[in-house]
Amino acid sequence: MDLSAINPILLLASLMVAATPILLAAVGELVVERAGVLNLGVEGMMIVGAISGFIVAVNTGSPWLGFIAAAVGGALLSLLFGILTQYFLSNQVASGLALTLFGLGLSALMGQNYQGIKAPAFPDWHIPVLGDIPVIGPIVFQHDPMVYVGLLIVLGVWAFLKYSRAGLVLRAVGENHDAAHALGYHVIRVRLLAIMFGGACAGLGGAYLSLVRVPQWTEGMTAGAGWIALAIVVFASWKPGRLLLGAYLFGGVTVLQLNLQAAGLAIPVEYLSMSPYIATIVVLVIMSSGRAPGSLGRIFHAAR
Amino acid sequence: MMVLEKRPQPSQRWVFAAPLLAVVLTMMVGGALFAALGKNPFEVIRTIFYDPLFSQNAWFYRPEILIKGGPLVLLAIGLSFGFRAGIWNIGAEGQYIIGAICGAAVGLALYPAETRLIFPLMVLAGALGGWAWAMIPAILRVRFGTNEILVSLMLVYVAEQLLASMALGALRNPEGMGFPGSRNLSQWPAAANKELIAGSGMHWGVVAAFIAVIFAYIVLSRHQFGFQVRLSGQAPRAARFAGVNPGRMILICMGISGALAGLAGLFEVAGPSGQISIDFNVGYGFTAIIVAFLGRLHPVGILLAGGLMALTYVGGGIAQGQLGLPAAAIQLLQGMLLFFLLAVDVLTNYRFRFGKGEVA
Repeated sequence: MDLSAINPILLLASLMVAATPILLAAVGELVVERAGVLNLGVEGMMIVGAISGFIVAVNTGSPWLGFIAAAVGGALLSLLFGILTQYFLSNQVASGLALTLFGLGLSALMGQNYQGIKAPAFPDWHIPVLGDIPVIGPIVFQHDPMVYVGLLIVLGVWAFLKYSRAGLVLRAVGENHDAAHALGYHVIRVRLLAIMFGGACAGLGGAYLSLVRVPQWTEGMTAGAGWIALAIVVFASWKPGRLLLGAYLFGGVTVLQLNLQAAGLAIPVEYLSMSPYIATIVVLVIMSSGRAPGSLGRIFHAAR
Repeated sequence: MMVLEKRPQPSQRWVFAAPLLAVVLTMMVGGALFAALGKNPFEVIRTIFYDPLFSQNAWFYRPEILIKGGPLVLLAIGLSFGFRAGIWNIGAEGQYIIGAICGAAVGLALYPAETRLIFPLMVLAGALGGWAWAMIPAILRVRFGTNEILVSLMLVYVAEQLLASMALGALRNPEGMGFPGSRNLSQWPAAANKELIAGSGMHWGVVAAFIAVIFAYIVLSRHQFGFQVRLSGQAPRAARFAGVNPGRMILICMGISGALAGLAGLFEVAGPSGQISIDFNVGYGFTAIIVAFLGRLHPVGILLAGGLMALTYVGGGIAQGQLGLPAAAIQLLQGMLLFFLLAVDVLTNYRFRFGKGEVA
C-alpha cells in the first residue's frame, strides 16, 4: 500500500465534485420538507433527471441543455407525487416510495439505447486570478460550472427562507398548515411549487452524475444517492448552511474510500464501498436531534 | 363545483374495488405505453396476464408463479405488520440478502455432511440473520430516535456489498475454479430446498408463505397484539394511553418482517437460485412493498396481490422472450400499479360531492 500516492489537494478538490450531486438533491428536498411535505422519491427523480439530461445532452451535444432537460424531467416526475399527495391525499411515505420504484423503471426504459455512450465534454472552469492561488485555487476555483451553480442554489435557498416574504409563507405552511390556511395562504399551491423545485434540483443532481461525474449512463447509477440526500437533510436539521457541511462530509468519505481503493489498502474493496452508507447511518444516529417542520408528512385537507 | 368530503367511515365497497380499479387503469395506461413502444397492446396484456395461467403452455409457467410469488408474499406479510403500525421498514431487500448469506453459511460450514438436520438449521439461521439485520434500524430508532426508513435502506446497500464480498471470498466454492459464487446448495440433498411435489413449483418457501398468511390473519384479526398494531398506526396517542409500549412495538414489528425476509432469502438461495452469487437478489424486497399495499396490508389481500405480481414477473418474462418487450417496461408497470392504487384509494376515505357546497 502506498498512502503517499494520495494527493491531499486533489482529494479536497474531488471532494467538492463528489458532494455536488447530493448537495443539489438535498437542497431541493430541504425546501420540500420545510413546506411540510416528505418526498421519499428523491432517488427516482434523480435517476430520471440523470437519463433525461443524458439523452438531451448526447443528442444536442450541449451539456447545458442536458441540465435544463434534467431539471424539467425531475420537476415533471415530482408533479406526479404532488398531484397524488396534494389532490388525492395519499400517504406521503407510500407515494414517495412509489415514485422511486416508478422512476427506476422509467429511467431503465428511457435509457435502453444509451448504454455505453460517452457524454459530451463539460470542461472545467479555470477562474482567472482566483484559480491561480496556490493550494486554494485548485481546490475551490478550478471546477466545472455546476459545482458553483449548486453552491449558488444553496445560498439562494438560505436567503429565500431567511429573508423573503415568500420564504416565510413557505415555512408557515410547513409548520402549521391549518393556521396558514386560515390566514388565507394557498397551502396546496405553495406545496406544489416546493415539490416541483425539489424535483428540478434532484434532476440536476442526477444529471451531474450522468454528465460530469461518471460520465455515462448505466441503469441504477444513482446507487442510493437520493436516499443519502434525504439523510443529509435530517443531519442538517433542515438548515441550508449545515446541508453544505453534511454534503462535504459525505463527499469526503466517498472520495477517501475511492482513493484508498486505488492505493491498494489491505481492506477488501467491498468493505470500503460500503463505508459511505455506514457513515451516513452513524451521522444519522449522532445527529437525529434536530426539530422537524411541524406539519412534515401530514395530509392537508381543508375542512369546511 | 366538485368537492372532496371526508367519509365518516372508510367505504367497505371501495376497500375492495380500489385495487381492482387500479389494476384496470394500469392495464389501460400500460397498454398505451406498449403501443408507444411499437407493440400490439392487446397481445402484450394477454401475454402478461393471461398466458401464464391459461395458455396451452401454462403447465410450464404455473409453477413459476408459485416460485416467484412465495418470497413476495412472505416478504409482504412481514412488511404489513410494520406498515400497519406506522413503522416503515423499507430495507427488506437487505434482510433478505443477509438471511440468505447466514443460512447458506451455516449449511456450507457443514458440507458435505448428510443429515436431515442441516436444512432446518439453515432455515433457523436464515430467519435469525434477517431478524438481526432488521434489529439494527429498530434498536437505533428506539434508543436514539434515528429514522428507520433511511437506516434500513442504507443497510440494503451495505448488505449488497457484503453479498459481493461473500460470493468472491469467504463462501466461494473451493472447487469452482475461481469463479465467483458458492457451492450449489440445490444439488446437495441435505441442504436443498426441493420441490415437494415434482413439477409443481411448490417448495418449502411457498409452504412458509401460506403458513405466514394464516398466522398473520389470526394474529391481526383475533389476537390482542393485532389490535395493538392497528391502534398504534391509526392513533399513536390512544395506543400509548392504552398501555402499548411504542418501543416494544417497533422491535416486534421490525423483528417479524426481518425474520420473514430472512426466511424468504434462505428459501430462494437453497432452492430456485441455488447458490450465493453476486446478484442472486432481484429486488423482491422492493416489489414486496407494492404487494403489501396492493393487498391492503391484509393477509388474504397480500396473498392475491403476491399472485398478481408474480404473474407480471412470469408474463413479463414471456413477453420479453416472445414479443421483445424490454424488461424495464415490466418494472415500470409494477411502479404504475402502486401509483394508481394510491390515487384511487382517495375514494375509500373521501367521497366526491357535486354542486356548490353551502357557505360555512
